[in-house]
Amino acid sequence: MKEVLLVKNGELALKGLNRSTFEDMLVKNIKRRLLASVGKFQFTKSQSTIIAEPLDEDADFEQAVETLKKVFGIAAFSRAAIAEKDFDSIKDVALEYLGDELRQVKTFKVNAKRSDKKFPMTSPEICREVGAHLLRNIKTLSVDVHNPDITVTVEVRDKNVFIHGNQIKGAGGMPVGSAGRVALLVSGGIDSPVAGWMMAKRGLQLNAIHFAAPPYTSKRAEMKVHDLVSIVAKYSGRVNFAVVNFTEIQETIKEKCPEELFTIIMRRLMMKIAIRIAQRDGCGALVTGESLGQVASQTLGAIACTDAVSDMPVFRPLIGMDKDEIITISRKIGAFETSILPYEDCCTVFTPKHPRTRPTLELIEKAESAVDFSEMIDRAVESTRFMFVD
Amino acid sequence: MTAYLDNSATTFLCEKAKKEMMNAINNYWGNPSSLHQAGIDADMLLRQSRSTVSRALKCDPDEIVFTSGGTEGNNLAVFGAAYAGRRKGNRVITTKIEHPSVLNAFRRLEEEGFDVTYIGTDSSGHLDMDALEAAVDEKTILISVMAVNNEVGTIQPIEQLKAVAKRKSSPALVHVDAVQAFGKLPLNPKKSGIDLMTVSSHKIHGPKGVGALFIKKGTKIRPVAVGGGQERDIRPGTEPMPAIAGFMGAVSELTVEKSLAEITALRDGFVEKLRNVEGVSINSPADALPYIVNLSLKGLRSETVLNLLSDMEIYVSSGSACAKGHKSHVLTAMGLKDDEIDSSLRVSLSRFTTEEELDYFIEGINRAFKVIMKR
Repeated sequence: MKEVLLVKNGELALKGLNRSTFEDMLVKNIKRRLLASVGKFQFTKSQSTIIAEPLDEDADFEQAVETLKKVFGIAAFSRAAIAEKDFDSIKDVALEYLGDELRQVKTFKVNAKRSDKKFPMTSPEICREVGAHLLRNIKTLSVDVHNPDITVTVEVRDKNVFIHGNQIKGAGGMPVGSAGRVALLVSGGIDSPVAGWMMAKRGLQLNAIHFAAPPYTSKRAEMKVHDLVSIVAKYSGRVNFAVVNFTEIQETIKEKCPEELFTIIMRRLMMKIAIRIAQRDGCGALVTGESLGQVASQTLGAIACTDAVSDMPVFRPLIGMDKDEIITISRKIGAFETSILPYEDCCTVFTPKHPRTRPTLELIEKAESAVDFSEMIDRAVESTRFMFVD
Repeated sequence: MTAYLDNSATTFLCEKAKKEMMNAINNYWGNPSSLHQAGIDADMLLRQSRSTVSRALKCDPDEIVFTSGGTEGNNLAVFGAAYAGRRKGNRVITTKIEHPSVLNAFRRLEEEGFDVTYIGTDSSGHLDMDALEAAVDEKTILISVMAVNNEVGTIQPIEQLKAVAKRKSSPALVHVDAVQAFGKLPLNPKKSGIDLMTVSSHKIHGPKGVGALFIKKGTKIRPVAVGGGQERDIRPGTEPMPAIAGFMGAVSELTVEKSLAEITALRDGFVEKLRNVEGVSINSPADALPYIVNLSLKGLRSETVLNLLSDMEIYVSSGSACAKGHKSHVLTAMGLKDDEIDSSLRVSLSRFTTEEELDYFIEGINRAFKVIMKR
């Protein structure tokens, strides 16, 4: 039996003339992701549905479903079987294709969509006859038109008939790449991968920048961040991952600046470096995992001080979220278990005992001016290591 | 000539497994949990191994927990699921033909106050699905059924178990002991509605002392051993990298569908020849896993035949090797007569088995009839 994937795109329908550009981008994303996980598919578009057909007959559809669940820009999709355009084929395929699934549940209904009006049966007739056939063959089943366990859908289209069970919810959002490219500041914690995932969901392609401070931070810690980026990449597609050596700068701040301002100065310098890398790599904004008031460096005052060094937009998608809301998403995207592995990261190495929670820009700038960081920043930017993470 | 036809008991190590083991012994002896580079290197090998095994079961790497083998995997699954599910109910269900590592786990659960039902089979060893359907209720928390019976090779309808649980509104976890099926039948636990699946390395030409338990994402089981957090704390203990790497080597060489087709042809020819030997009856059903052929030799005691064959360097089992000296509970459950059970042999193949070996076995049983029955 031949199977296909029917993809319904989400918000794309709203986007007027840009729609076909977005749709093409979505097709390209789906194609690339399926190619990496399953194999080659060919695509046709018809009536706001993208039909993906595998070139290899033995394609692993389980895997394809798992892959599609993680592609942004898909509202819902179905895994469907193709039947001939005659009723015998329709009822045989429906029973063969969905029989196993229907035997596991108690109730069902049939829903028919007939876009080819030349087909000799009307939609209600198709529903009735397919329903009767399934009832005859699966004794444990009964009909419930209001709240069925499974809705069997028969779509009679121009060339073929598609038959499928319940629709599978997609990841929603916009196709990655449709909104541009941003650089995500990623630590080893819970928040930054979630922030990256949220912005990818809105169609942004991701670069990631991580600050390492060897020997204070371990190679394990960097591997952990690499793993987290790779989890986000399951949704966002390939991420350009940059690792900055931050040791010299951290040691200098520790030595020369007031202890209670350590974190805030560190974050400003991170921001400066990130902007340099982001601009060079064609990113239009930075993304951070900051959530208001979560820690001393994420108070209103502290954020104002870090923002002051940035001449590009800084997106903070988690700014209004509680920790438990962030954790819920982290678990959903499969990052939580990795995020809580216990390694030092560069944000925790030199953390002051009593950080200033209401710093003023004047105070910070004065403290910073004691040191000329510009050459160190140049060195850090130049020493950055890059890799692709899939 | 030697004919090793006891591959369901264990198998020789394939070259790839040996190579991976030596590599791990020489180069990756660090502790995968250590923070330093030696540890990181070992951890990378561990990750690679996990990912290879996960591909063979069509699941994610974090759904694989390495164990010490089939027995531990089965114990962990059965006890783990029963103890974790206790709040939801007290009933657990298995079959009469399970491997002792499942059966004895259920006997212990019975001693601990669980309500245990053992489902029987028909005369060809197929699970009695009506009895299962009748036994499952809302308080049932575990259904454990083997994928392939180790003595006769009967394939069980493991992909129907979840449907039974759902129909009866049972929260039951489905566990499948797939030790005899892994590498021999295409397995896709997620697609088949299976929550827990046990596999082992040494039945597929990997080393002994290692196996894996598939645990579907989100499935809660209570660990049997407690320790230092390895294997997500479900199975703590420093990972034995040589064994795990050897397991990876063996798994990476599997060609499930291709081997199944070849062995089916080989088995069909073998059974055909056996039917021409007077006094031989085949106990394995026609639709059994072709890697296992159970037969009875009329009038002969299996132990005598086993000794005689062993002198000829032909190695087979009487019943299951794990149950030496006991009357086979599987053949009993299938309703075989005592003299048929007493005279039963299990011939078990691997993808390396040749027609010559099987012919030599037939020569062996002809000789047994001649020497012992004076025919």
